Amino acid sequence: MSKSVYINSVGSVSVQKTFDNSEFLNEITTYNDTVASVVNPDYKAYIPPTQARRMAKGIKMSTVSSQTALQEAGLENVDAIIVGTGLGCIGDSVKFVRDIIDNDEQFLTPTRFIQSSHNTVSGQIALGISCKGYNFTYVHAAVSFESCLIDAKMQLENDEAKNILVGGVDEMVKYHVDTHRLIGHIKSEPADSTRLLTVNTKGSVMGEGAHFFVLSNEKQESTYAELVAIETYNSIAQENIPNKIEAFLEENHMTIEDLDLVILGNNGDVDFDGYYENLSTGLFKDRPQAYYKHLSTEFDTASGFAFWLSAKILKTQTIPEVVKLNEIEVSNPRTILIYNQYRGENHSLMLLRKC
Amino acid sequence: MSKGVAITGMGIISAIGNNVQENYNSLISGKAGISKISHIETIHADEIMVGEIKTTNAEFEAQLGLSQNSFSRSPILGIIAAKEALVQAGISDINDYKTGLISSTTVGGMDKSEQYFHEYFESNEHWQHINGLHAGDSTKKIADAIGLKESFMTTISTACSSAANAIMLGARMIKSGKLDRAIVGGTDALSKFTINGFKTLMILSDTYNTPFDENRKGLNLGEAGAFLVLESDKIVGEKNRKVLAYVKGYGNSNDAFHQTASSENGDGAVLAMEKALKVAGLEPEQIDYVNAHGTATPNNDLSEGRALQRVFDEGKVPEFSSTKAFTGHTLAVAGGVEAIYSVLALQNNRVYPNLNFKTPMKEFDLLPQTEVKEKELNYVLSNSFGFGGNCSTLIISKEA
Repeated sequence: MSKSVYINSVGSVSVQKTFDNSEFLNEITTYNDTVASVVNPDYKAYIPPTQARRMAKGIKMSTVSSQTALQEAGLENVDAIIVGTGLGCIGDSVKFVRDIIDNDEQFLTPTRFIQSSHNTVSGQIALGISCKGYNFTYVHAAVSFESCLIDAKMQLENDEAKNILVGGVDEMVKYHVDTHRLIGHIKSEPADSTRLLTVNTKGSVMGEGAHFFVLSNEKQESTYAELVAIETYNSIAQENIPNKIEAFLEENHMTIEDLDLVILGNNGDVDFDGYYENLSTGLFKDRPQAYYKHLSTEFDTASGFAFWLSAKILKTQTIPEVVKLNEIEVSNPRTILIYNQYRGENHSLMLLRKC
Repeated sequence: MSKGVAITGMGIISAIGNNVQENYNSLISGKAGISKISHIETIHADEIMVGEIKTTNAEFEAQLGLSQNSFSRSPILGIIAAKEALVQAGISDINDYKTGLISSTTVGGMDKSEQYFHEYFESNEHWQHINGLHAGDSTKKIADAIGLKESFMTTISTACSSAANAIMLGARMIKSGKLDRAIVGGTDALSKFTINGFKTLMILSDTYNTPFDENRKGLNLGEAGAFLVLESDKIVGEKNRKVLAYVKGYGNSNDAFHQTASSENGDGAVLAMEKALKVAGLEPEQIDYVNAHGTATPNNDLSEGRALQRVFDEGKVPEFSSTKAFTGHTLAVAGGVEAIYSVLALQNNRVYPNLNFKTPMKEFDLLPQTEVKEKELNYVLSNSFGFGGNCSTLIISKEA
């Protein structure tokens, strides 16, 4: 009999002020832009300034977010650390490449190269808490974070670990934004975050964030919710998505009617939001719906924000007005399904339940 | 003791061969693939040696029916290796069972990103490579090339232990019943980025790398694509597969010592090997051959050597060798390349030579195997360690 998997704590640094776990979207940051940066916590409270100076932003955000999660779970160490990131500390990678080219391969220093390794964050966290356990880094675009959850869930179900720190992190840097705007992945016109889904333009608003969680096979006082199931798919033809979702629910002995809330990954890209809209008006038309990318913006591990949001909703039993996508009300949300995809690829389904 | 996961197909392209057979022939005849660099223009060309695959991208693209300069080199190498693995396994429809693709890479499309870094803003001629900077993009291209649909697909990047971790994850997912089949491995091409990165760390040798030698001067970078097909007992039974070997044990740990250096006593490496032995249900003395990480950097070989002595008790370290003197250090792929070499060692009952070894290290009396040795092999242990403290060990076995 496999063990249940619980979300015992959360930590978030995002475009919203989410780093304080005692709050839940009390104040909303709006923007009218093509990109948005995180609301910075007081990094000095977490990282000695001498270290922080040379530290990539991705590491800083992850340090705060992971420490918050560890603290809330009441843990000083864990059995495993699993991190997902689309691009790692891309800022250092870009700087190192620029230095190579502009200085004709001379006068280079190793720091940027070292930090550009995709597994820098998981390595740094392990180093910080002296964790010699299992250590993994997934770098698969929009399912980087989900890959961590799949891995962690497998270990916890099989009782190979008790507490696992999982997280997703991506930092935003100018070069990456500029190049991806060239190919239309990022909007060229500013979008108003309060009406993101009706701007009707191509591309998304790019951002960043770090979301960490302690997953465990033991419930405790701090537990937010249970992670019931998670699945990812490299591709799904748009017309097959409802079938896939129904099959996924069936495998977990559930039907659409059991879902108290569906959280969708609409990002305001007129070319790809159809994947969500078809579900909103079709399969999920009678279910309460929410969205989040107007708050989190888009980045490879943005679904970490949705996971954070779901955990908070299930624990506090409140759904913030700002995330509601339709008018159907639910008073005691017990079961949440998160569906995400990016540019029609890397689809994911995550099912969470109140404990 | 848990049952191993069947390996039913393998594919590889490296500096010592374009397929599995060519790689094996080179290993047995002591033919190294280390040379001066020819495909990448670098001011370090005269100061470094590399394990370079001599076929050009243009030749590969013609061979694969791709338009010119459509892909970076990593996905190309990956596609070649993955396709060979599927052919050997006898898979014609990749979607006939619940299949996952687990790839790994450190540079992804960096070779193109660095080439067109500024040019992207002047002309749209090479915009096809912009999204290639994502590590996952190389995996997507491999999935498309083998026709994988509606399936589990992910990419691992744990520096030089990446592909070993991909194999580990695939084996675990099959054991847990999450997948029936996993295509696992990795791909990494040479790039200015890694050449200069390792250069700044001062761990590149200016001559042929010499693993476990007292006078070792550092590593030679290499490039490769390597994939294995892992299949469940269900498929092996239903399809009457010929099983090449089994993934018997695996262990992953973090050295938690330094971002780029290994601890002097190899704590992480010891833990990884001990975990792998435990999963395999084996005692250290049952290991017949160790395919070492052996990068020929001063730090790795000392740390790994000490770790081997700790795990195997002094004096009882089995025959071991590093094959990096043949291939160079293929970064993310090293664990995949060496897992394939481990299977070939088992199939042929051969221990490979550790080329270029002359002088034993002064810290201990470990002597790598320097000649091809014929020996009955049942269990091979393969190590892969990386930046970020990542340590991984695989144990490959002849029988389940």
